[in-house]
Amino acid sequence: MDESTKVVVLGLTGSQGRFHGLRNRAYGTKVVAGVTPGKGGQDVEGIPVYDTVAEAVERHGVDAAFVVVPPRGAAEAIVGCAAAGIGFVVCITEHIPAKDEALVAARLRRDFPQTRLLGPNCPGVISPGKCNIGITSGDIALPGGPVGIVSRSGTLTYQALHELSQQGVGQTTCVGIGGDPVPGTTFVDVLRAFQDDQETRAIMMIGEIGGDGEERAAEYIRNEMSKPVVAYVAGVTAPEGRKMGHAGAIVSGSKGTAKAKIEALRDAGVIVAKNPTEAGELMVGVVRELEGEWAPSAPTL
Amino acid sequence: MDLVEYQGKQYFGRYGIPISAGRAADNVDDAVAAAEEVGYPVVVKAQVQVGGRGKAGGVKLASDAAEVRRCASEILGLDIKGHVVRRLWIEHATDIAREYYASFTLDRAVKLHLAMVSARGGIDIEQVAESEPEAIARLHVDPLDGLGQAEALQLVTDAGLDAEALEQAAGILVDLYRCYVEGDADLVEINPLVLATDGRVRALDAKVTLDDDAAFRHPEWSEFEEMGDVDPRERLAKEKGLQYIGLEGSVGIIANGAGLAMSTLDVVNQVGGAAANFLDIGGGANADVMANALEVINTDPNVRVILVNIFGGIVRCDEVAQGILTALERVELTSPIVLRLDGTNSIEARRMLDEARSEWIIPELTMIGAAQRAVEIAGGLS
Repeated sequence: MDESTKVVVLGLTGSQGRFHGLRNRAYGTKVVAGVTPGKGGQDVEGIPVYDTVAEAVERHGVDAAFVVVPPRGAAEAIVGCAAAGIGFVVCITEHIPAKDEALVAARLRRDFPQTRLLGPNCPGVISPGKCNIGITSGDIALPGGPVGIVSRSGTLTYQALHELSQQGVGQTTCVGIGGDPVPGTTFVDVLRAFQDDQETRAIMMIGEIGGDGEERAAEYIRNEMSKPVVAYVAGVTAPEGRKMGHAGAIVSGSKGTAKAKIEALRDAGVIVAKNPTEAGELMVGVVRELEGEWAPSAPTL
Repeated sequence: MDLVEYQGKQYFGRYGIPISAGRAADNVDDAVAAAEEVGYPVVVKAQVQVGGRGKAGGVKLASDAAEVRRCASEILGLDIKGHVVRRLWIEHATDIAREYYASFTLDRAVKLHLAMVSARGGIDIEQVAESEPEAIARLHVDPLDGLGQAEALQLVTDAGLDAEALEQAAGILVDLYRCYVEGDADLVEINPLVLATDGRVRALDAKVTLDDDAAFRHPEWSEFEEMGDVDPRERLAKEKGLQYIGLEGSVGIIANGAGLAMSTLDVVNQVGGAAANFLDIGGGANADVMANALEVINTDPNVRVILVNIFGGIVRCDEVAQGILTALERVELTSPIVLRLDGTNSIEARRMLDEARSEWIIPELTMIGAAQRAVEIAGGLS
């Protein structure tokens, strides 16, 4: 994903789609088309709108889709993008029923394995200075690397970007995988991509209570990763047995607690911080150690 | 939303899962009337959302009206792990031959539904899972394929259920899967699923967690809302559509996103304070949502300071600022607001708040700085 990636925005004519689609374009993302059924032929500040994804793909040769539609239509929209041959779909919609998400995962697995879904209920992905697909505020990111960020929580993703940028440490890519029960892209998927990416030299990982994504990530890090990882897990003080908001943050018994996740990550050699600020500070230390000659890149945004 | 046992059983009933005859009762006379209706002997069961009811004295057998009267008066008002019993479920007692376990939930790791069945029901299944993992038969179900009678039969056979229970249990499993999928439940669990001495298989307990995100296609769920010993702060928050969990501390918390909200709780704790609540104003937060959030926290007498921690993404900070200003006009705040805003439109937001010059708003630049300031204020007033 870079400055040449062509993006279609599903729901571009809605207030959220318009706001974030235009903001992505202003950041430098090639937003080539919008899709809203029944609004084909209109345009949003010069971006043509089509009735169907297929039309947009045919006219513009789309590489990626940004899905900003309400929960009841989101599952169908994602599968529609895959059916139109789009290889990368980012869905920020929150409150999609879990059964719909499971069905989307099954459809992608069986019928459209070439399509990667990021989300739902995620902030999207930003390659600082190149491309921003999603709802992340571009001005908190700093181009130039060397840190890759992967996060389950939306706002903590911003916090992580902010902490690093404030310290003059740039990012290669920042991926918010989302906190829903059935994420299209997992921690392990992103960690693997960072491990293979030459420009990414260290990884910041932001987890939270619930599920076992962090434990699986720890296993992958222990067995497969050579790059340093700094992590923070939110929810140490969360009361047990309560669902904290819409996120996949459920704690029951010992499974999925922040404590269990932190232990698993520490055992895998990950540097674990106790809050996002400390994570930023620890990462600065890691980056300085990686490059003896390293100097903060000048904030260019 | 977690259903209590009798609601779960009613939900099972919609999908044809066999349950014992029973009725809910809110007082002793009601309980006796219910028992007369369903027939003795009966089991009197506390309806609270907490495990271990039996051990706590919340489940009792009664064989006549006098016993029902005694059991009901003992159980009503009983405090079980902080949940006060206000409702009973009176059910015709079953002569149990064997106890099994059956459930459906989502296996996040493989993105498939997971059926679990065991012949070792009636006890803590997590203990069984740990000490004898082979005692639980598992089957992943692809939502595109669903679950048929043949696969269900294989599963209950693998689980080692008794021969005479197999056909019935498989049928129940197929219905339970339908309840789980069509009923939009995050979890359906029957523990125990019993084989009675009369040869019939039925659900003797019901644990159902509904997926709140699917509420839009289930108008029938509205009947479940009332139950439970709900914190009045939580009830008000729910009316206003907010994700709120009441806690014990003195620092009121408002943040956007579950992750940031949890992290704010953690940081408040790390700097020596305690949160009064978890409140996530979510991704679609606007001025009105923010004002509602402040109103809810303002009703909490334990709160001495309100920490607002916002990192704008889809939430625009200028909207949040507008919400705070609206709230200041609409409600008489009893605690100052320590405010930290970053992200989308934060510069505009800070300008708006600067211009308002309210002594109720204390701006801070960082999350930790804001937490420290809030905890200082909370301590200072005590």
